Amino acid sequence: MDPRIFQISALGGLLIYGMGWLEFELGPVQTAVTLGGVLLTQALCSRLWKVERFDPRSALISGLSLCLLLRTNSLALAAVGAVVTIAGKFALRWRGKHVFNPTNFGLVAMMLATNGAVWVSPGQWGNVAFFGFLMVCLGGLVVMRAARSDVTLAFLGCYLALMFGRSLYLGEPMTIPLHRLQSGALLLFAFFMISDPKTTPDSRAGRIVFAALVAYGAWYVQFRLFRTNGLLWSLAGLSLAVPVLDWLLPGGRYSWQRPSAKTSNVQRPTLNAQPTPI
Amino acid sequence: MKTKTTLLAAALFCAALSTAHTFCGFYVAKADTKLFNKASKVVLVREDDKTVMTMANDFEGDAKDFAVVIPVPTFIEKGQIHVADNALIEHLDAYSAPRLVEYFDGDPCRPVMEIRAFAAAPGVMRGRADAEHDKALGVKIEAEYTVGEYDIIILSAEQSGGLETWLKESGYKIPEGAGGILESYIKQKMRFFVAKVTLEEKAKAGFHYLRPLQVAYESPKFMLPIRLGTVNADGPQDLFVFALTRKGRVETTNYRTVKLPTGMELPIFVKEEFSDFYKAMVTEQVRKEDMHCVFTEYAWDMGWCDPCAAEPLSNDELKNLGVFWLGGEGRNPRARPANSDVFITRLHVRYDRKHFPEDLVFQETRDRENFQGRYVLRHPWKGEPKCDAAKKYLEALPERQEKEAQTLAQLTGWEIEKIRDRMKLPAVGGKSSDGKKWWEKLWK
Repeated sequence: MDPRIFQISALGGLLIYGMGWLEFELGPVQTAVTLGGVLLTQALCSRLWKVERFDPRSALISGLSLCLLLRTNSLALAAVGAVVTIAGKFALRWRGKHVFNPTNFGLVAMMLATNGAVWVSPGQWGNVAFFGFLMVCLGGLVVMRAARSDVTLAFLGCYLALMFGRSLYLGEPMTIPLHRLQSGALLLFAFFMISDPKTTPDSRAGRIVFAALVAYGAWYVQFRLFRTNGLLWSLAGLSLAVPVLDWLLPGGRYSWQRPSAKTSNVQRPTLNAQPTPI
Repeated sequence: MKTKTTLLAAALFCAALSTAHTFCGFYVAKADTKLFNKASKVVLVREDDKTVMTMANDFEGDAKDFAVVIPVPTFIEKGQIHVADNALIEHLDAYSAPRLVEYFDGDPCRPVMEIRAFAAAPGVMRGRADAEHDKALGVKIEAEYTVGEYDIIILSAEQSGGLETWLKESGYKIPEGAGGILESYIKQKMRFFVAKVTLEEKAKAGFHYLRPLQVAYESPKFMLPIRLGTVNADGPQDLFVFALTRKGRVETTNYRTVKLPTGMELPIFVKEEFSDFYKAMVTEQVRKEDMHCVFTEYAWDMGWCDPCAAEPLSNDELKNLGVFWLGGEGRNPRARPANSDVFITRLHVRYDRKHFPEDLVFQETRDRENFQGRYVLRHPWKGEPKCDAAKKYLEALPERQEKEAQTLAQLTGWEIEKIRDRMKLPAVGGKSSDGKKWWEKLWK
């Protein structure tokens, strides 16, 4: 199965569930504007940069993620968010590598630039549907043949340790960290955003250090600065440190055809069958 | 110029009021304020890390038995504490309460005329424990103040054991299991705000009830500690949070915030028992969401309302509630334009320890879309059908009423048959309202 099709189906399914059952603050018009916006921008940028033929799948994945996360009263801002997300993917590169995960960049840039007129509602998922969500994500790992799942697992491990560690230190009942971990926002982040092979460090050691730093950053934003969306701010901030991590801990550059040097003799999915960043 | 604008805005607002049949109509009934047995009301005014919290107090019992321990994020000086008037919260409650709107169907043979009216239904609080005074036990009394009828102590502690002992020795009834929660707040370097009533001051103030306590503080934490309240609770409690912010709607970030179902057409008899309806609806929605949600009951620009369950609060009232960014002393209460500087969010949460393990954490969004809990009664037109339109109207009526009955059953979990009985509707498959079987009229 093409992992991108899996990702599109998973995100699309989550979107339908969110809009139909969880009452996301998102109308069909905003969904259409966002999806239309990303596809148009992708088409335009493909032509401008002359780098690849128009492939709607990657843009659609970013667009669906924006629908799941970006909230605003203004359709114009939703459209700008879509453009910024895709244009950022093309424009912000360092030595051929994406600096930011596109959706992460789009969200953070819009939240900063609009002084909050764009926001993210981490509570929108609730935790009733958590286990279903978890199954979808874990299924995704299998389908994507664990391409760079090390970063997801390392991140979840560190984040879990920080949550439980804090509660143990404070003497809180374990229901508190469990409640915090049963979050759809966390799963979406861990399985669909931080796992982006185009932005994470090249070496496994680098990726594990990166995952640990992002987990700590998220914890710091939430429990030291007391701000919302620690995960998003932390990932965006620490993405800037990836070139340094690549320099300190060099590794084989991620290639669509050859995911990692060590496993090059293993049959791997080709370009079209690779997971795509959201 | 400013005055002119103000006057103009006021004039426009009054003009809007005078066209009563379009929006603001007349008041039908007011629901009982004591709808929920165990309910607290808190007003949170928030802007730029500055918070003013007002806690309603309808403690019933001997005032000398009243005491409350509240974790606060920072040290609190005397000037940061204030005692407010109950009427402020009552007004806010009435203004933001779910409302009932009435329509009267017109003669279908003539252009439709409609009149609307509305009612409101609000919420409530309770206090705790006993109080006396003694000296420290690894506990530091950072300050002691008397504000209004309250004696207030600001405490910090090194460890929960000391604090718990100190509180107990000082005569506070600390529920079993509170120690662990106190400890976690101590480790987060929170202070404790302990208030009890001084009978002398209460007598001087001349109030028969305890007035709401207000605390103003500056901290990035935008949260409400609910854990202490769940320790000794016998069953779920209701909490109403009235958030007054500058930019837009407030929501919880660690629990799902959902809007209460709204805009439904309901059977006419609901008018007589709107309070029961509201209570049953909340209970049913809480059950449907498995008690994991915070409900938005109202989110509106404070400058206006439509329809109004009560007038918007005046600038003076808002300032008394702590809305510190409002300028202009003693302005006309209706001077605020429709796009005003104050946005209210009314959140309702029914919580217990199992479903709400952690304190509520909020975020302010820039969502300025207005939302209200609003339920519609449509009085059928009763007249002789003199045209085809009227005949069609009367034919369609039973279907509409059946739909109303089903909506009500779905919202409240009430039995559909009982609702149909109340509405004098036929049971499905039974007799119609004229007492005839459906087929008796078929070939006539």
